[in-house]
Amino acid sequence: MFSRAYRTAVTLPPVLWVTAFLLIPYALMFCYSFWSVSPAQTIVHAWNLANYNTLLKIDVYWQTLLRSMWIAARVTIFSLLLGYPLAYFLSFYAGRRKDLLYQLVIIPLWVSYLVRAYAWKTILGSDGVLNTLLQYVHLTKHPLEFLLYSPFAVVLTLTHIYTPFTFLPIYAALEHIPRNLVEASHDLGATPAQTFWKVIFPLSIPGVLAGATFAFVLSLGDFLAPLLLGGPSGIMISNIVVSLFGAAYNWPLGAAISLCMLVLVVALLFFSERLEKKWSFS
Amino acid sequence: MASTLTSGANSTTDANSTAKPTLLHVRNVAKNFGKNAVLRDISLEIAEGEFLTILGESGSGKTTLLRIIAGFESASSGEIWMGEERLDRQPPYRRRVNTVFQHYALFPHLTVEENVAYGLRVAKRPAAEIAARVGEALEKVKMATFAKAKPSKISGGQQQRVALARALVNRPRLLLLDEPLSALDANLRRQMQVELKSLQREVGIAFVFVTHDQEEAMVMSDRIALLRSGELEQVATPREIYSRPATAYAAQFIGHTNLLKGDVKAGMARCSSLLWAVQLPDGSALFSLRPENIRVVGAVNLAGSGGVRIRGKVRHRAFHGATELIRVDCGDGLVLVVRTPSGIMRDEIDLEFSPSDAVPVRESPERS
Repeated sequence: MFSRAYRTAVTLPPVLWVTAFLLIPYALMFCYSFWSVSPAQTIVHAWNLANYNTLLKIDVYWQTLLRSMWIAARVTIFSLLLGYPLAYFLSFYAGRRKDLLYQLVIIPLWVSYLVRAYAWKTILGSDGVLNTLLQYVHLTKHPLEFLLYSPFAVVLTLTHIYTPFTFLPIYAALEHIPRNLVEASHDLGATPAQTFWKVIFPLSIPGVLAGATFAFVLSLGDFLAPLLLGGPSGIMISNIVVSLFGAAYNWPLGAAISLCMLVLVVALLFFSERLEKKWSFS
Repeated sequence: MASTLTSGANSTTDANSTAKPTLLHVRNVAKNFGKNAVLRDISLEIAEGEFLTILGESGSGKTTLLRIIAGFESASSGEIWMGEERLDRQPPYRRRVNTVFQHYALFPHLTVEENVAYGLRVAKRPAAEIAARVGEALEKVKMATFAKAKPSKISGGQQQRVALARALVNRPRLLLLDEPLSALDANLRRQMQVELKSLQREVGIAFVFVTHDQEEAMVMSDRIALLRSGELEQVATPREIYSRPATAYAAQFIGHTNLLKGDVKAGMARCSSLLWAVQLPDGSALFSLRPENIRVVGAVNLAGSGGVRIRGKVRHRAFHGATELIRVDCGDGLVLVVRTPSGIMRDEIDLEFSPSDAVPVRESPERS
């Protein structure tokens, strides 16, 4: 139908793009992860598994990875708990205000991530909005220190930032449920609660899985929130990678950690996609 | 055509003359969407075990009426009673009414069996009872072999049967069917009409069936409620509505007819060159004359049969198998549609009808 030249012209740019910006960097990262750094701070191109060995041996690396996963898991759960009811309300009960409310959920996505993270800093800090208020109404005598520079602050901020990402796929899934199924359920004697658990929720599972994957993957790799609000106890794995590629100048170890995370995330995406397929009926 | 008429079918339009007690009362129901009146003052009674069809064109409000009975819409005014129980105040899940939806609305994540079991499960019936009743219902609609299949894996006709089983398994007092056959092809549709009707007789549950297809309504119903622009035009048995249409609209919507606009003077109706005796007051009147009630007669046969006669030229023939519909120009602007046995090849013919077949009908005023 189309000429060979046309097809080549159309397919070439994306292929080049993917090669230049994904395949080559990944290949490089893969190579680096098997190299090492000499005491003289040069990269030694000798193949070995020392970096992966270090990852397993030195506690701080795998512990930070586990902590990052735990933070990401909490962010996922909280953003589902916030995003699902919001999406459900909007899809089923918002009526004419639906479009407006939808826009209100989307608008924060247009605001710079950095601005939102900083906003939490001014809210949670010891001289911040929240602590000032708590002291003003005499609920506390001294500023609450755990609010900022803690895993709590990181989870809170990431939840705030990634809730729209869970909201969107859930909302889309709910919007796709034919309303006559809800009517059929009521018609067969099911109360609204029974209808929710037996019809609406099962049919929204693909959206929940997609939303959960977004929240988990995005927050697992996050490094700005822990950098700005995490403090020493809120460090995440990406912060370590950043410093290994920066001041610590240990690209090979950084590459090894990145590769581990990449494998983890790809496995997760693969798994969630299979689950989504299993739960989608169209 | 009206072979499905119940024994002792009423000869009046009133439902109360049938022997069976009334199941559902629809009293003065109206529905407005904003300023738009979709239903106006609908009153209707449905008897136990009756097959009632709500017939109307799209936009006539028939589906809205069904949805009000099911509880998916609330009436703007009026009441619905089932025996001593006021239904219109109850949410749909408390009404002993089940619906077969136009597009079946089977739950895609559940198997055929689970779909049918749904109503019994939410009612928390014992597992053994559920299994037995579901098995029986699937057997009844000949879908037992598909029990474990998902709805997406079965055909439209099969989904239709499952939807029916899913509703009937709950033993509702009233089953509502919203154009359930409209998605099926013509052959399957005719087959399902017969099956549905015999199933209805077998289970003895009252059916309210919504359709826009007058032929379907005629074949299946005990009574037809003809709806036009949100108002009931006529409620009667198929035979009654066909042979004694109350309005011009009813006459035209159900089957073919000739509408004759005549002037009545001193017991005689005149429509162009036709003249026949009527028992109506003087003034203008409208008559419905079915094509099959007009006979083609030989010119020689002039024996006084009391019939009204006219001669005309055949303008158009439409072949319908055993019969033909021909348009006959009788001059003076009068064109009659006549149903004749196939094979009359003459171009100029004599027609005859008996005065009693010209049924006076009310004019149907324009409604928005």
